[in-house]
Amino acid sequence: MRVAPSLIIGAVLSLAFVVMALVSLVWTPFDVTALAVGNRLVPPGDAHWLGTDHFGRDIFSMILVGARTSIAVALVAVGVGMVIGVPLGLTAASRAGSWFDDLIMRGNDLVFAFPALIIAILITAIFGPGAINAIIAIGIFNIPVFARLTRGAALSLWTRDFILAARLAGKGRARISLEHILPNVSNTLLVQATIQFSLAILAEAGLAYVGLGAQPPVPSWGRMLAEAQTMIALAPHVALVPGLAIVSTVLGLNLFGDGLRDLFDPRLQRGPA
Amino acid sequence: MSLVTVEGVTLSIGDTPVLNGVSLEIAPGEVLGLVGESGSGKSMTALSVLKLLPVGARVAGQIAFDGRDIIAASEREMVALRGDEIGMIFQEPMTALNPLMTIGDQVAETARIHTRVGRSEARALAKAMLERVGLPHDRIAHTRYPHELSGGQRQRVGIAMAVVLRPKLLIADEPTTALDVTTQAQILDLLRGLVRDEGMALMLITHDLAVVAGMADSIAVMDKGVVVERGTVLEVLQAPRNAYTKKLIAASTHVPVRQRGKQGGALLEVEGLCKDYALPRTSLFGPHETMRAVDHVSFTIKAGESVGLVGESGSGKSTLARAILGLETVTAGHVLLKGQAVHAAGRAAFATLRDMQMVFQDPYGSFDPRQKVGRLVAEPLHLLGSGAPKGAALEGRVDSALKAVGIEPGMADRYIHEFSGGQRQRIAIARALIIEPALIVLDEAVSAIDVSVRAQILDLLADLGDRLGHAYLFISHDLGVVRAITDRVLVMAGGKIVEAGPTADVLERPAHAYTKTLVAAAPRLAG
Amino acid sequence: MTRFLLCRTISLLASLLVASLVIFLVLEVLPGDPARFMLGLNTSPEALAALREQLGLTAPLPARYLGWLAGMAVGDFGISYTYRVPVADLIVERLWVSLPLALYALTLSTLIAIPVGVLAAANRNGLIDFSAMGLTQIGIALPNFWFAMLLVLAFAVNLRWFSSGGFPGWQDPGAAVRALTLPAIALALPQASILARVMRSSLIDTLDEDYVRTARAKGLTRGQALWRHALRNALIPVVTIMGLQFSFLLAGAIIIENVFYLPGLGRLAFQAISARDLIVVRSVVMILVFAVITITFLVDIAYALIDPRLRRRAP
Repeated sequence: MRVAPSLIIGAVLSLAFVVMALVSLVWTPFDVTALAVGNRLVPPGDAHWLGTDHFGRDIFSMILVGARTSIAVALVAVGVGMVIGVPLGLTAASRAGSWFDDLIMRGNDLVFAFPALIIAILITAIFGPGAINAIIAIGIFNIPVFARLTRGAALSLWTRDFILAARLAGKGRARISLEHILPNVSNTLLVQATIQFSLAILAEAGLAYVGLGAQPPVPSWGRMLAEAQTMIALAPHVALVPGLAIVSTVLGLNLFGDGLRDLFDPRLQRGPA
Repeated sequence: MSLVTVEGVTLSIGDTPVLNGVSLEIAPGEVLGLVGESGSGKSMTALSVLKLLPVGARVAGQIAFDGRDIIAASEREMVALRGDEIGMIFQEPMTALNPLMTIGDQVAETARIHTRVGRSEARALAKAMLERVGLPHDRIAHTRYPHELSGGQRQRVGIAMAVVLRPKLLIADEPTTALDVTTQAQILDLLRGLVRDEGMALMLITHDLAVVAGMADSIAVMDKGVVVERGTVLEVLQAPRNAYTKKLIAASTHVPVRQRGKQGGALLEVEGLCKDYALPRTSLFGPHETMRAVDHVSFTIKAGESVGLVGESGSGKSTLARAILGLETVTAGHVLLKGQAVHAAGRAAFATLRDMQMVFQDPYGSFDPRQKVGRLVAEPLHLLGSGAPKGAALEGRVDSALKAVGIEPGMADRYIHEFSGGQRQRIAIARALIIEPALIVLDEAVSAIDVSVRAQILDLLADLGDRLGHAYLFISHDLGVVRAITDRVLVMAGGKIVEAGPTADVLERPAHAYTKTLVAAAPRLAG
Repeated sequence: MTRFLLCRTISLLASLLVASLVIFLVLEVLPGDPARFMLGLNTSPEALAALREQLGLTAPLPARYLGWLAGMAVGDFGISYTYRVPVADLIVERLWVSLPLALYALTLSTLIAIPVGVLAAANRNGLIDFSAMGLTQIGIALPNFWFAMLLVLAFAVNLRWFSSGGFPGWQDPGAAVRALTLPAIALALPQASILARVMRSSLIDTLDEDYVRTARAKGLTRGQALWRHALRNALIPVVTIMGLQFSFLLAGAIIIENVFYLPGLGRLAFQAISARDLIVVRSVVMILVFAVITITFLVDIAYALIDPRLRRRAP
């Protein structure tokens, strides 16, 4: 099988991002909570590879820890979306046209009417800001995405003859959903998961930027940008570095997802071996 | 002077050779039947004449149309030729029309782009041509969209689009394959009339020798990218010289040898079966209207008997099959298998399924692409519950089922995409056999496979029926197949069984008006 | 068609009703006592009682919900607790920034995306396609607020073509449009990248359809077949994405308003959150949700206009 270059570039970028997050668990060049006002806004150089911010904190260290924040929020949020959304979608499709299916679909439409940002605003208005809010908001937003995708893919499978064959073997809806439907939609789900993961990272950055995400002193890329905004003319690197980190991570995940899609696409696969 | 001359044309798409030196000729006004099985290159030959080839196709050789060199022609010259001097009709009437454009506009478009006529003149031309193909404006408004028309009507629109400028050559690629037998007969009639009235030449591409026999002046038989035999219809069908042609003709008229007899008592009893479907509401608060798909159907199948169920699409035969198997609830009536009710409350269907399995039409869609063949074939053993064989016993059972249908047991480790259409249908039969049912329902089981493979599958079915003694319910739109393999036939129309009796009697001396039309419409190759 | 419209309208109203109920439950029931929540812990019983009275919290829940609905139906969103003015006035004032911004961005995004997507599809696997898809891949990965900051750095700080923020009001429409231009570009480019990719893949799919081959067999050139047959069919998924994007642009504007200090709905929401003004929060959220649901409704109608298969058969 030929692997597209975009898949490799995407995998490398995504992997780099995961490695950064893991490294930050055991080591960072500087302590990200140590303030050194005398050392503020140092441009990139030998001591501080990517410079320091307005509190004198090492930006490279903050990027490493920020990767951890992004990964944790995005991973849990997409996980929540999949763990709730996929079974809902499978069940709805196995009972297409029933009241349960209707309920799931109407519920989906309703959640779609609340963009993640609005959910975050609602939660923050009541419980105050925090990383958990971001997870809940992005997670809720992901549920209908996966429910709808799973249902759609499963519905088209339910019309196929091999499902009839399974019913002729006396298998019930739940068993068919697990044995035949889920394996056949797993590629689609995997591709969507990488895309949702990259969207979640963008969303987390946006929420953190407006103060609805991770709170100080937990470093996050979005808040680094918010703090850098007033200094952008003075020290552009403070704003450039976190932004580039977000772009390359999201780009990597998107390329990886596209590459996977092409890899799985039967139209692009070679015929019988 | 011939209208079309194709001489030594080779074509490859990427690295795959498709045509290996095709030669044929069509005289003005001549009807040429281009016959071959799937993958023989007949469609590509037609598209080469129009120079409408897929991306990456390389073509060489000589193609002349009306004295013009097609291979050397510029795209601009080809655009002028297509639709004006050469018209083409495609196989799939469902997808060949633009869903967002009215049928009148689609026919008028051909006229608008080739001539300088105005909008209203083009409309008038389109109107006249749609009337000519049997779609008068007062019956089928020309402002309708394709989805509002039946398959046969759409194919008429496709024909109108192709012939509105009265081309010298009409290419029809399997124009009736997707249609019912009676509709097919009407469309073929229409084509015959158009060719005669307008003096058009027709290149009729088909896999069905019987269609060609009734339509064409001459035949070209294609196999593996080459024309293996050319001649008049009589020459080729009565005295074929080429080995492949002989094989094809033999397969088309093949009747498997069956030992009749050995029939037991009543196996399947269907009594007053009705199935209603709810239609979408027509008014917001009105009641659901229902459509009766199966209407008071009663019949019996005896153990070991082979029964055909014939009908066109929409006749209710597939719904009936699913209701018999317990895959559908029923509105009224009952189905008994070995005296046990299929539709009783609880899990009765589970019990009756041990004696009743099915083989589906589509050899591609009826297997889970993510499971290996061994697991696919073993699936019905789930019906045995805790008594299902495990380990070596399971393997042995799968092996013997595969062996029975002529598949190497060693192939159980492969995935289904590694098999050809014919092999897949064998595997489907193995899957039905593994539970040793008393009745196997075959839903158009040989409709999607090539003629030569079809003959082998029919032989296999006949042999298995003789050896294992199970009964068949053979659902098909193809009278030839039903004639070849069944003892008795049921004819279904509008949800009702309109005629039943011994196969030979019903098909030779139909009593009901509908059966008469059906038998008359079916193209037949004199055997 | 009328039946289709009627059905869609009923489901629109039902969605709005359920959405309003959700908002009401979250903001009025979840905090327990909204008045105490808004005033904080150290407050006098008299002030609490006065606010309860003013907010109508003395009435039972169903009555409060219905009262809120009835008020909104006549344009009465209540009185802001912090601003001491009718919330409706606040919202209308802010909508005059947020709505034009979203529309501006949607227009830009569509004007960029459709031609790029069509060109890329028409030259599939060619140089144009390759570079367009590379650029859109980067565009999708851009966080719009960061892109906005870069735009400010380049065009406001360095080139001084635009001001770096603020909004002069609509008294001078030219200046207002100028003030919205950088924010609109920042919002539009990432969305245009997505839309262009959808346009391209949708058009590539329809170009492979049988009816495009039929059109070519009629004698249409590749270009004619693309414009007359493939494009309109390809627009169906594009319209869906445009609908989703308009909602996203309205909500996404909340973030961009922060970069450019624009007095839009988003800034109103953030100010209301920090001031714990639940009256304003629920109204802003309701307005945004109303917009999203209404746009979904309009997209459904647009579908039916594009695709006759979705209309009821004419009698």
